[in-house]
Amino acid sequence: MPTKPKPVEGEKKVFMTGNEVVAWAAAAAGAECMYGYPITPQNEIMHYWTRLAPKFGLIFLQTEDELSAGFTMLGGVLAGRKSFTATAGPGNTLMQEPLSMAEMMRLPAVVVIQQRGGPSTGQVVYSQQEVTLTSLGGNGEGLRVVYSTSSHQDLYDYTIKAFNTAWRYRFPTFLLGDGYQGKMREPVVMYDPEVRGVELVPAEPYVGRPGTPGVDRPPAHLRNAYSIEEELYEAVMELVREYEKVAPEIVEHEAFGVDGARVVAVAHGVVFRAVKGVVRELRQQGVPVGYFRPITLRPFPADALRRVAATGVRLLVVESAYGQLARLVKEALSGLPAEVHGLYKPGVLVGQGEIATRIKTLVQGG
Amino acid sequence: MQIQPAMPRSWRPETKPHKFCPGCGHGIVLKALGEAIDELEIQDRVVFGCDIGCSLLSWDFFNVDTVQTHHGRTTPVMVGMKRANPELIVVAYMGDGGGYAIGTQHLVNAATRNDRITVILVNNTQYGMTGGQMAPTTLPGQKTETTPFGRDPELTGYPIQGPEMVASITRDGAYVARGTVARPRQLKEFIKRALQNQMAGRGFSFVEALSTCPTNWRTNAEDTWKFIEKEMTRYFKVGEVKVPPELARGKGEREDG
Amino acid sequence: MARPVKILLAGEGGQGVQAVAEIIAEAAYEKGREALYIPNFGIEQRGGVSLAFVQVGDEPIGPPRFETADLAIALSDRAVVRSRPYVGPETTFIYDSSIGTNHLPQGVARLVAVPAIEVSKKELHPRVFNVMILGAVIGLTGVITVEEAKEAIERRLGHRFEKDPALRELNHRAVERGVELVKGKL
Repeated sequence: MPTKPKPVEGEKKVFMTGNEVVAWAAAAAGAECMYGYPITPQNEIMHYWTRLAPKFGLIFLQTEDELSAGFTMLGGVLAGRKSFTATAGPGNTLMQEPLSMAEMMRLPAVVVIQQRGGPSTGQVVYSQQEVTLTSLGGNGEGLRVVYSTSSHQDLYDYTIKAFNTAWRYRFPTFLLGDGYQGKMREPVVMYDPEVRGVELVPAEPYVGRPGTPGVDRPPAHLRNAYSIEEELYEAVMELVREYEKVAPEIVEHEAFGVDGARVVAVAHGVVFRAVKGVVRELRQQGVPVGYFRPITLRPFPADALRRVAATGVRLLVVESAYGQLARLVKEALSGLPAEVHGLYKPGVLVGQGEIATRIKTLVQGG
Repeated sequence: MQIQPAMPRSWRPETKPHKFCPGCGHGIVLKALGEAIDELEIQDRVVFGCDIGCSLLSWDFFNVDTVQTHHGRTTPVMVGMKRANPELIVVAYMGDGGGYAIGTQHLVNAATRNDRITVILVNNTQYGMTGGQMAPTTLPGQKTETTPFGRDPELTGYPIQGPEMVASITRDGAYVARGTVARPRQLKEFIKRALQNQMAGRGFSFVEALSTCPTNWRTNAEDTWKFIEKEMTRYFKVGEVKVPPELARGKGEREDG
Repeated sequence: MARPVKILLAGEGGQGVQAVAEIIAEAAYEKGREALYIPNFGIEQRGGVSLAFVQVGDEPIGPPRFETADLAIALSDRAVVRSRPYVGPETTFIYDSSIGTNHLPQGVARLVAVPAIEVSKKELHPRVFNVMILGAVIGLTGVITVEEAKEAIERRLGHRFEKDPALRELNHRAVERGVELVKGKL
């Protein structure tokens, strides 16, 4: 078989929208199938994927809805191809059904979420209100991986990582971006993962392997329904044990200035960009403040945050939602006497002036 | 030596006897499918997808790779699989609730796109697994748990004409038929032709199978067969509805009940 | 920390403010600076006021939307109104001289009227109105040079210029005229 051309050769710096970055990164990560349904603000991921498709032999289907996008994606996964989809808002709500099946059946899958405002149709632009849904959605235990990106470089790096995480650990993996990230243009370095020494985890078919089932090999009998409570309990506990075992290998965060800080701001995604600028500037002025950014929202970097909180700092959770990240933070800090404050602006980017004012007030004990 | 009833080679003996209720038609449909797989010698290429509802009980029925999915979602799973690997021969197996209610959008769109998959839909006029509620296929006047005084067409409409709908929205390469467990040999032929049509890459292939549910119909053997042969066929005409010209040379002419 | 230059462009759909924003951001990126550009894209994107947020600096840019623009340019009455939440005491506010003065923001650093619509119509061509605006931005901020703007325009429209060299000339003159229009306005 002739080798297909590589979507990204070597390394190159480009200036493009985040949605375009995701399409290139997915192709570079070895994704072969995208099944998707239009919803703003992720549409351009499909637009660019369909333009890359003929050149690199990629598969695309525009489905009848997000349920179908999710389930056709799982069909592609079962057939042995790295498959993904992208959605937002109400589409993310529907997407929880297929992803719940992936969770139960330990199927890898990558879903890109470009968050928009909610509840309901909300607005089509920007939000961080899909944190709870993406991290803990579905009628299960939230056994999935959620990477929250905050720049185009993150979008590129973590799209590649998401495919590797999904296929290595076989838990559904989400890339949680937002409409701003999808639509804005900024510089990003795209690269062939091999050039950076990133090995791509291969995909294996779950069905249609060589040989006749029952004669040369046992049949693949894959189910998600169990007859009795105890049977399901065993299956779920096995999943939980596996998830808890691999979680420390997956979990990621970044922190700055937390030693000796009186206030530590906690933020993710685009809001983190605002927080980072404010905290670094205040630090230069001598204000004892640091930041903590969870990169994985599931599994949550609880141990790292507990170490920060144990020093007696005040935490300020800043997010474009009404306490969704704060809920994850509070759960992580359960049992510690940490003060958790919130600066919540559902569906609106939090301004840097507002963040600075709030941090200064908290540093002064207000 | 033990004497056993003839069983298709593609059945999995370890999981027999199967889990369906006494008198249930699923076993007959799955036997027809098993024989068709045997005759076409495609056991190593078929992937069987089953829905939620009583059809899920077939998840370990065959020595064939099998995926049990969600209610109504078997069609998209098999569509995604077929498009990712066209070498596979995929079968989406579902009930009337899965195909005609919760998963209608998938059935309609897969048919419209002419996806090269085979859908087998078992019509037993109600929801079996959940305890006998009204389905889109419930006959006028038929009593179910949610129509305790009989289905009133003024309030809830007439039984859906599934194959006729699929035939009207598909292109020429599609194969569409309605069989019945009352005529197993004919049903097997329909299923076989539906698989052959997919193998030839011609188009969407759809077989509705009229089936029995004495448990929820609350019928004895005699009334069960009377219902499927006399009552159901008043609304559901048995026979081939759409046959690609290349397939039409074979047998399987329409046999109205 | 060096702050980026923050530019807000606001106009009616069809006035071409997004193209101007993209050219500025891309040209800045090409010359090795940090740049970020994001359009507004709400449901009103079909036939309402079009806003573009551009930031150019020497360190990675922070959040994609800013609270206060250093330079805001509004090209219609409605665009003036939509721009007002993003202006402050430090903002230079540019508006087309054809706009009535009723809704103009108070308390900004500078209010500058530019006769871009009139000049483009009389001296050049209405289709290069937005290129004149590009020139005005360059004249006021220096975020990119006239030459860099011309190169960026060439990347976008070079294929059209091949067939119609006069169009290239028209665009170049529009950039230069835009720069002239704001000369001495700061």
